[in-house]
Amino acid sequence: MIISNTQEIPGKSIIQFFGVVTGSTVRAKHIGRDIMAGLKNVVGGELTQYTELLSEARGEAIRRMSHQAEEMGANAIVNVRFATSSVAQGAAELFAYGTAVTVE
Amino acid sequence: MDFLSLIITPAMLLGAWISGRALERRHLKNLLLLESGSRGILAVTIEELPKDWHVQSCELVMGNVVISQDYFKRFMASLKGVVGGNIGVFEPLLERARREALIRMKGVAHARGYDTIINVRLETAALASSRSDGKGTAGVEILAFGTAISLSEGTNRRTSLP
Repeated sequence: MIISNTQEIPGKSIIQFFGVVTGSTVRAKHIGRDIMAGLKNVVGGELTQYTELLSEARGEAIRRMSHQAEEMGANAIVNVRFATSSVAQGAAELFAYGTAVTVE
Repeated sequence: MDFLSLIITPAMLLGAWISGRALERRHLKNLLLLESGSRGILAVTIEELPKDWHVQSCELVMGNVVISQDYFKRFMASLKGVVGGNIGVFEPLLERARREALIRMKGVAHARGYDTIINVRLETAALASSRSDGKGTAGVEILAFGTAISLSEGTNRRTSLP
Protein backbone atom coordinates (compact mmCIF):
# COMPACT_ATOMS: atom_id res chain seq x y z
CA MET A 1 0.00 0.00 0.00
CA ILE A 2 1.51 3.32 -1.11
CA ILE A 3 0.42 6.20 1.08
CA SER A 4 1.06 9.80 0.10
CA ASN A 5 -0.24 13.24 0.93
CA THR A 6 0.21 14.46 -2.62
CA GLN A 7 -2.63 14.51 -5.14
CA GLU A 8 -0.97 11.88 -7.25
CA ILE A 9 1.62 9.24 -6.56
CA PRO A 10 4.82 10.72 -7.95
CA GLY A 11 6.09 8.69 -10.87
CA LYS A 12 2.88 6.69 -11.27
CA SER A 13 -0.52 7.35 -12.78
CA ILE A 14 -3.94 6.78 -11.25
CA ILE A 15 -6.14 4.39 -13.19
CA GLN A 16 -9.08 3.98 -10.83
CA PHE A 17 -10.68 5.86 -7.92
CA PHE A 18 -12.41 4.07 -5.07
CA GLY A 19 -13.51 7.00 -2.92
CA VAL A 20 -12.75 8.22 0.57
CA VAL A 21 -11.20 5.90 3.12
CA THR A 22 -10.97 6.82 6.79
CA GLY A 23 -9.35 5.51 9.91
CA SER A 24 -9.72 6.83 13.41
CA THR A 25 -8.82 5.98 16.95
CA VAL A 26 -9.67 7.59 20.26
CA ARG A 27 -7.03 7.33 22.93
CA ALA A 28 -7.15 8.19 26.58
CA LYS A 29 -4.06 8.99 28.50
CA HIS A 30 -2.60 6.25 30.65
CA ILE A 31 -2.69 7.07 34.35
CA GLY A 32 1.01 6.46 34.93
CA ARG A 33 1.91 8.47 31.90
CA ASP A 34 -0.40 11.22 32.99
CA ILE A 35 1.28 11.59 36.38
CA MET A 36 4.70 11.86 34.77
CA ALA A 37 3.40 14.32 32.22
CA GLY A 38 1.83 16.33 35.03
CA LEU A 39 5.21 16.69 36.68
CA LYS A 40 6.82 17.59 33.40
CA ASN A 41 4.13 20.19 32.89
CA VAL A 42 5.59 22.28 35.74
CA VAL A 43 9.05 22.60 34.26
CA GLY A 44 7.89 22.69 30.66
CA GLY A 45 9.42 21.02 27.65
CA GLU A 46 8.50 17.96 25.72
CA LEU A 47 5.93 15.55 27.11
CA THR A 48 7.59 12.45 25.68
CA GLN A 49 4.85 10.11 26.89
CA TYR A 50 2.24 12.01 24.93
CA THR A 51 4.42 12.26 21.85
CA GLU A 52 4.72 8.48 21.80
CA LEU A 53 1.06 7.97 22.60
CA LEU A 54 -0.07 10.19 19.76
CA SER A 55 2.33 8.76 17.23
CA GLU A 56 1.24 5.21 18.11
CA ALA A 57 -2.38 6.25 17.83
CA ARG A 58 -1.81 7.95 14.50
CA GLY A 59 -0.07 4.82 13.24
CA GLU A 60 -3.13 2.81 14.24
CA ALA A 61 -5.44 5.24 12.41
CA ILE A 62 -3.31 4.88 9.28
CA ARG A 63 -3.40 1.08 9.57
CA ARG A 64 -7.19 1.12 9.78
CA MET A 65 -7.38 3.43 6.81
CA SER A 66 -5.11 1.24 4.69
CA HIS A 67 -7.02 -1.86 5.76
CA GLN A 68 -10.19 -0.25 4.44
CA ALA A 69 -8.45 0.63 1.18
CA GLU A 70 -7.16 -2.93 0.82
CA GLU A 71 -10.67 -4.32 1.20
CA MET A 72 -11.82 -2.09 -1.63
CA GLY A 73 -9.06 -3.48 -3.80
CA ALA A 74 -6.98 -0.32 -3.99
CA ASN A 75 -3.21 -0.31 -3.95
CA ALA A 76 -2.56 3.29 -2.91
CA ILE A 77 -4.03 6.15 -0.90
CA VAL A 78 -3.48 9.70 -2.10
CA ASN A 79 -4.05 13.11 -0.54
CA VAL A 80 -3.96 11.85 3.02
CA ARG A 81 -4.91 14.38 5.71
CA PHE A 82 -4.90 14.23 9.47
CA ALA A 83 -7.22 15.72 12.02
CA THR A 84 -6.96 15.74 15.79
CA SER A 85 -9.79 16.60 18.10
CA SER A 86 -10.22 16.52 21.84
CA VAL A 87 -13.47 14.66 22.27
CA ALA A 88 -13.40 14.44 26.06
CA GLN A 89 -11.16 15.53 28.89
CA GLY A 90 -7.97 13.56 28.71
CA ALA A 91 -8.86 11.82 25.44
CA ALA A 92 -8.01 12.67 21.88
CA GLU A 93 -9.26 11.42 18.56
CA LEU A 94 -6.71 10.89 15.82
CA PHE A 95 -8.27 10.76 12.41
CA ALA A 96 -6.69 10.03 9.05
CA TYR A 97 -8.44 10.14 5.70
CA GLY A 98 -7.56 10.01 2.07
CA THR A 99 -8.65 8.78 -1.34
CA ALA A 100 -8.17 5.13 -2.24
CA VAL A 101 -6.91 4.63 -5.77
CA THR A 102 -5.28 2.10 -8.01
CA VAL A 103 -2.02 3.24 -9.54
CA GLU A 104 0.36 1.71 -12.00
CA MET B 1 -4.21 26.82 54.95
CA ASP B 2 -3.20 29.67 52.84
CA PHE B 3 0.02 30.30 54.61
CA LEU B 4 1.37 27.15 53.00
CA SER B 5 0.16 28.03 49.51
CA LEU B 6 1.72 31.47 49.93
CA ILE B 7 5.09 29.75 50.13
CA ILE B 8 4.50 26.95 47.68
CA THR B 9 3.29 29.06 44.77
CA PRO B 10 6.29 31.42 44.62
CA ALA B 11 8.63 28.48 45.17
CA MET B 12 7.05 26.63 42.26
CA LEU B 13 7.22 29.74 40.10
CA LEU B 14 10.88 30.20 40.87
CA GLY B 15 11.70 26.55 40.33
CA ALA B 16 9.80 26.48 37.07
CA TRP B 17 11.51 29.66 35.91
CA ILE B 18 15.00 28.32 36.54
CA SER B 19 14.48 24.83 35.16
CA GLY B 20 12.34 26.06 32.27
CA ARG B 21 15.10 28.39 31.15
CA ALA B 22 17.77 25.73 31.46
CA LEU B 23 15.70 23.22 29.48
CA GLU B 24 14.95 25.77 26.79
CA ARG B 25 18.62 26.62 26.32
CA ARG B 26 19.57 22.97 26.14
CA HIS B 27 16.86 22.30 23.59
CA LEU B 28 17.95 25.21 21.38
CA LYS B 29 21.52 23.94 21.46
CA ASN B 30 20.37 20.45 20.48
CA LEU B 31 18.21 21.83 17.69
CA LEU B 32 21.14 23.61 16.10
CA LEU B 33 23.16 20.43 16.21
CA LEU B 34 20.40 18.27 14.74
CA GLU B 35 19.52 20.81 12.07
CA SER B 36 23.06 20.88 10.79
CA GLY B 37 22.96 17.09 10.71
CA SER B 38 19.78 16.90 8.65
CA ARG B 39 20.79 19.50 6.09
CA GLY B 40 21.17 16.81 3.43
CA ILE B 41 17.42 16.16 3.43
CA LEU B 42 15.53 18.58 1.23
CA ALA B 43 12.03 19.34 2.53
CA VAL B 44 9.75 21.50 0.39
CA THR B 45 6.09 22.46 0.59
CA ILE B 46 5.55 22.27 -3.16
CA GLU B 47 3.67 19.35 -4.57
CA GLU B 48 4.31 19.55 -8.27
CA LEU B 49 7.67 18.14 -9.20
CA PRO B 50 9.98 19.53 -11.85
CA LYS B 51 9.65 17.59 -15.10
CA ASP B 52 13.17 16.21 -15.00
CA TRP B 53 12.76 14.53 -11.61
CA HIS B 54 12.24 10.81 -11.91
CA VAL B 55 10.71 9.35 -8.78
CA GLN B 56 11.42 5.75 -7.95
CA SER B 57 9.39 5.30 -4.78
CA CYS B 58 7.49 7.35 -2.24
CA GLU B 59 6.20 7.04 1.28
CA LEU B 60 4.37 9.13 3.85
CA VAL B 61 6.65 10.31 6.66
CA MET B 62 5.72 12.09 9.87
CA GLY B 63 7.32 13.65 12.88
CA ASN B 64 5.45 14.83 15.93
CA VAL B 65 6.15 16.43 19.27
CA VAL B 66 3.98 17.29 22.25
CA ILE B 67 5.31 20.24 24.16
CA SER B 68 4.13 22.16 27.18
CA GLN B 69 4.93 25.50 28.69
CA ASP B 70 6.48 25.73 32.13
CA TYR B 71 4.49 26.95 35.10
CA PHE B 72 6.22 30.31 35.32
CA LYS B 73 5.61 31.20 31.70
CA ARG B 74 2.01 30.03 31.87
CA PHE B 75 1.61 32.36 34.85
CA MET B 76 3.18 35.24 32.94
CA ALA B 77 0.96 34.51 29.95
CA SER B 78 -2.14 34.59 32.11
CA LEU B 79 -1.08 38.03 33.39
CA LYS B 80 -0.54 39.17 29.84
CA GLY B 81 -3.95 37.80 28.98
CA VAL B 82 -5.51 40.52 31.14
CA VAL B 83 -3.92 43.46 29.33
CA GLY B 84 -3.78 41.85 25.90
CA GLY B 85 -1.07 42.00 23.30
CA ASN B 86 1.54 39.64 22.02
CA ILE B 87 2.11 36.72 24.35
CA GLY B 88 5.83 36.61 23.70
CA VAL B 89 6.56 33.68 26.00
CA PHE B 90 4.57 31.27 23.83
CA GLU B 91 6.20 32.14 20.54
CA PRO B 92 9.64 30.59 21.18
CA LEU B 93 7.96 27.43 22.51
CA LEU B 94 5.95 26.85 19.36
CA GLU B 95 8.91 27.70 17.18
CA ARG B 96 11.07 25.15 18.99
CA ALA B 97 8.35 22.53 18.65
CA ARG B 98 7.99 23.09 14.90
CA ARG B 99 11.72 22.84 14.36
CA GLU B 100 11.81 19.66 16.41
CA ALA B 101 8.92 18.11 14.46
CA LEU B 102 10.58 18.92 11.13
CA ILE B 103 13.84 17.40 12.29
CA ARG B 104 12.06 14.22 13.37
CA MET B 105 10.26 13.96 10.06
CA LYS B 106 13.56 14.35 8.22
CA GLY B 107 15.10 11.75 10.50
CA VAL B 108 12.40 9.23 9.62
CA ALA B 109 12.87 9.92 5.92
CA HIS B 110 16.63 9.55 6.22
CA ALA B 111 16.33 6.29 8.15
CA ARG B 112 14.17 4.83 5.39
CA GLY B 113 16.61 5.86 2.70
CA TYR B 114 14.90 8.93 1.25
CA ASP B 115 16.55 12.28 0.71
CA THR B 116 13.70 14.51 -0.45
CA ILE B 117 10.33 15.32 1.13
CA ILE B 118 7.65 17.08 -0.87
CA ASN B 119 4.30 18.59 0.11
CA VAL B 120 5.36 19.15 3.71
CA ARG B 121 2.55 20.26 5.99
CA LEU B 122 2.63 21.39 9.61
CA GLU B 123 -0.36 20.97 11.87
CA THR B 124 -0.98 22.22 15.36
CA ALA B 125 -3.44 20.69 17.81
CA ALA B 126 -4.08 21.66 21.40
CA LEU B 127 -4.59 18.70 23.68
CA ALA B 128 -7.40 19.05 26.16
CA SER B 129 -6.36 19.76 29.68
CA SER B 130 -7.15 16.93 32.03
CA ARG B 131 -9.21 19.08 34.36
CA SER B 132 -12.10 21.32 33.58
CA ASP B 133 -10.65 24.34 35.37
CA GLY B 134 -7.84 24.53 32.84
CA LYS B 135 -5.21 23.35 35.30
CA GLY B 136 -3.65 19.94 35.04
CA THR B 137 -1.74 18.66 32.07
CA ALA B 138 -2.08 20.49 28.81
CA GLY B 139 0.10 20.42 25.78
CA VAL B 140 0.33 21.38 22.17
CA GLU B 141 1.04 18.82 19.53
CA ILE B 142 2.90 19.80 16.39
CA LEU B 143 2.78 17.33 13.54
CA ALA B 144 4.94 17.62 10.45
CA PHE B 145 4.22 15.30 7.57
CA GLY B 146 5.03 14.99 3.91
CA THR B 147 5.74 12.56 1.12
CA ALA B 148 9.30 11.28 1.07
CA ILE B 149 10.52 10.43 -2.40
CA SER B 150 13.62 8.81 -3.76
CA LEU B 151 14.89 10.00 -7.09
CA SER B 152 16.66 8.05 -9.76
CA GLU B 153 20.39 8.52 -10.07
CA GLY B 154 21.62 11.68 -11.67
CA THR B 155 18.71 13.92 -10.73
CA ASN B 156 19.99 17.25 -9.48
CA ARG B 157 17.64 18.29 -6.70
CA ARG B 158 18.94 21.74 -5.92
CA THR B 159 19.25 23.35 -9.30
CA SER B 160 16.12 21.96 -10.86
CA LEU B 161 13.70 23.35 -8.29
CA PRO B 162 11.30 25.71 -10.06
